[in-house]
Amino acid sequence: MYKIIKKKELNPTVTLMEIDAPLVAKKAEPGQFIILRVDDEGERIPLTVADFDREAGTVTIIFQIVGSTTEKLNHLNESDEIKDFVGPLGVPTHTEGFKKVAVVGGGVGCAIAYPVAKKLHNSGCEVHSVVGFRNKDLFILEDEFKAVSDKYVVMTDDGSKGEKGLVTDALKKLIESGEKYDEVIAIGPLVMMKFVCRLTKEYDIKTMVSMNPIMIDGTGMCGGCRLTVGGETKFACVDGPDFDGHLVDFDEAIERSNMYKDFERQRYDETCNLFKNMERSV
Amino acid sequence: MPNMSLKKNEMPSQAPDVRNKNFKEVTLGYTKDQAIDEANRCLNCKNKPCVGGCPVAIDIPEFIAKIREEDFEGAYQIISKSSSLPAVCGRVCPQETQCESKCVRGIKGEPVAIGRLERFVADYHMNNCKEEPKKPEQNGHRVAIIGAGPSGLTCAGDLARLGYEVTVYEALHLAGGVLVYGIPEFRLPKAIVQKEIKNLEAMGVKIMTNTVVGKTISVDELFGMGYEAVFIGSGAGLPRFMRIPGENLKGVYSANEYLTRVNLMKAYKKDSDTPIHNSKSVAVVGGGNVAMDAARSAKRLGAENVYIVYRRSMNELPARAEEVEHAEEEGIIFKTLNNPVEILGDEHKFVKGIKCIEMELGEPDDSGRRRPIPKEGSEFILDVDCVVMAIGTSPNPLIRNTTEGLETNKHGCFVVEEETGKTSREGIYAGGDAVTGAATVILAMGAGKDAAKSIDEYIKSK
Repeated sequence: MYKIIKKKELNPTVTLMEIDAPLVAKKAEPGQFIILRVDDEGERIPLTVADFDREAGTVTIIFQIVGSTTEKLNHLNESDEIKDFVGPLGVPTHTEGFKKVAVVGGGVGCAIAYPVAKKLHNSGCEVHSVVGFRNKDLFILEDEFKAVSDKYVVMTDDGSKGEKGLVTDALKKLIESGEKYDEVIAIGPLVMMKFVCRLTKEYDIKTMVSMNPIMIDGTGMCGGCRLTVGGETKFACVDGPDFDGHLVDFDEAIERSNMYKDFERQRYDETCNLFKNMERSV
Repeated sequence: MPNMSLKKNEMPSQAPDVRNKNFKEVTLGYTKDQAIDEANRCLNCKNKPCVGGCPVAIDIPEFIAKIREEDFEGAYQIISKSSSLPAVCGRVCPQETQCESKCVRGIKGEPVAIGRLERFVADYHMNNCKEEPKKPEQNGHRVAIIGAGPSGLTCAGDLARLGYEVTVYEALHLAGGVLVYGIPEFRLPKAIVQKEIKNLEAMGVKIMTNTVVGKTISVDELFGMGYEAVFIGSGAGLPRFMRIPGENLKGVYSANEYLTRVNLMKAYKKDSDTPIHNSKSVAVVGGGNVAMDAARSAKRLGAENVYIVYRRSMNELPARAEEVEHAEEEGIIFKTLNNPVEILGDEHKFVKGIKCIEMELGEPDDSGRRRPIPKEGSEFILDVDCVVMAIGTSPNPLIRNTTEGLETNKHGCFVVEEETGKTSREGIYAGGDAVTGAATVILAMGAGKDAAKSIDEYIKSK
């Protein structure tokens, strides 16, 4: 069992938790992920490591409430326990040897982009962070990003904060203004990563993306997380989750990610109703 | 006077048409009378050829003699001297190619049903003996085992019996390896696996789940933690695909994923949070035991048509005869001498069919089996909405990539000395699928057993 040390609501649909998992904390690096199971009937879901504290032995996860499992997870509180928590899995994000990198984060993807930006910053790299959200109410990790970024550009779909537009608009502006990036690291919704890659391809800037496909074991056994990269089948759990974005078949990945959409929707509604009824009876 | 019937006592089973709609165990096990009657078929040969066919060398005639005497607990004690998981082996061992293939009674008629008797004895013990095994006296030495599957658990059990303090590191949330994620409930009830594991724990074996060696901790760190030897039984690894168009369509699974969803994650139960594609027609590609497990699971999940697509003929199917027979009885359709060339998708990228080509058998190839050759122009489409690829696995890279000096072969399997399981690094032993590639439970157990013996010799000689 893995204890929840801290819980913080970052916005109405995104929650941060610090989990007591000393062995995972000892090894975790930005870009890696964990797999958790809330309870005995639960499914295994992968979540990318948002931060870690080797001394305190804690691992931070940040998740958006999108389905039954994240809904259940969000109903747990500090000092409650999670049944299973295993990691760190996957290959850490490559952050060495860069002079200037643009880190592009979209929505809850910023939770994963942040530790990468931090590590780059700490290694002496100039970091330009471009973050995008639907609106100002969904913002997360603003102070954290600012602290590790030499430039911090904010985009919202509705213009309620920063500039109105997409992260690709901001990135294009930066590139057009003469910024020379060794690499772009894009982490967010698949569609966002696809379009960031389309843009950077035009300028021939190497772009790494963090893929988050459906997984079960996460250790190289089930093959459910496979995707096509440069025409070859790769497994996100052991070969990734970071891949060269110019080689990733995003359209296939988008299709595969919605394989269980109907089941997930139904199960989510059931879970929400269950919690509502419980609250009513209390 | 021995029972000279040429036939084995038949195994009571659920009727095919009933069992293909539920996940309960197919075979029900012998009654006491059936077991004694079958035990009476054993001639108690002096030279015990059957024992030579058993990878863990159970003293078969002796345990059968105990059954004859109606001392079922005594029979169990004899089996458990050699086997850590008797209730499992009695169910999933390919006895027809091992112990039973050496049985003298098999020369004229059917061999003694050794597997069924083993299962009877193990089940008798589980149902009647409430006493937990005692923790043996400790010898003060510590050994780490990687992977709580058949080889790791066997190695752990044997070492614990010798007094070692054994810790098993398991990547998944549950111990058992392929016994819990791969082999279906209807062939091996998970409650039985858990009881066998409980017995090991009572003997002092510690099991640490959620620990991925190669990620959470490294093999070298294990030595740093004070373990004097390490056994790697990390299992089969990544699923293979055919590299044909359409393999990443929605509704295409590896057998590992399909079976893990069903067995480990219990997707067949209504209240499971883990989904599985609701399919009307399923094509399982491959002809091994895993393919049979996947096909029979698909049928039980409600698929109307389930096909086994296999490129050679019925005679070359690598699956156990009993599994093939059960699958046929349950209505699985065998499309042998067919090979998939493409998986077809609909406008939403869900599987809608599999294009196959007919095959014929040519001259024998390196494996000694006749090589399948495509018949030109014979392509046809099988209407299916789900495809399961059961064509094998390639070894997991996590340990070999993080442990220096461990020799692997060109397939990525660990290279070991066959008799001892010794790897190229002192104190590190390996066995099971991580060494052989996908094989059977009992071969993995045999390797775990051999390694336990050589680990004991190694530590004592230090």
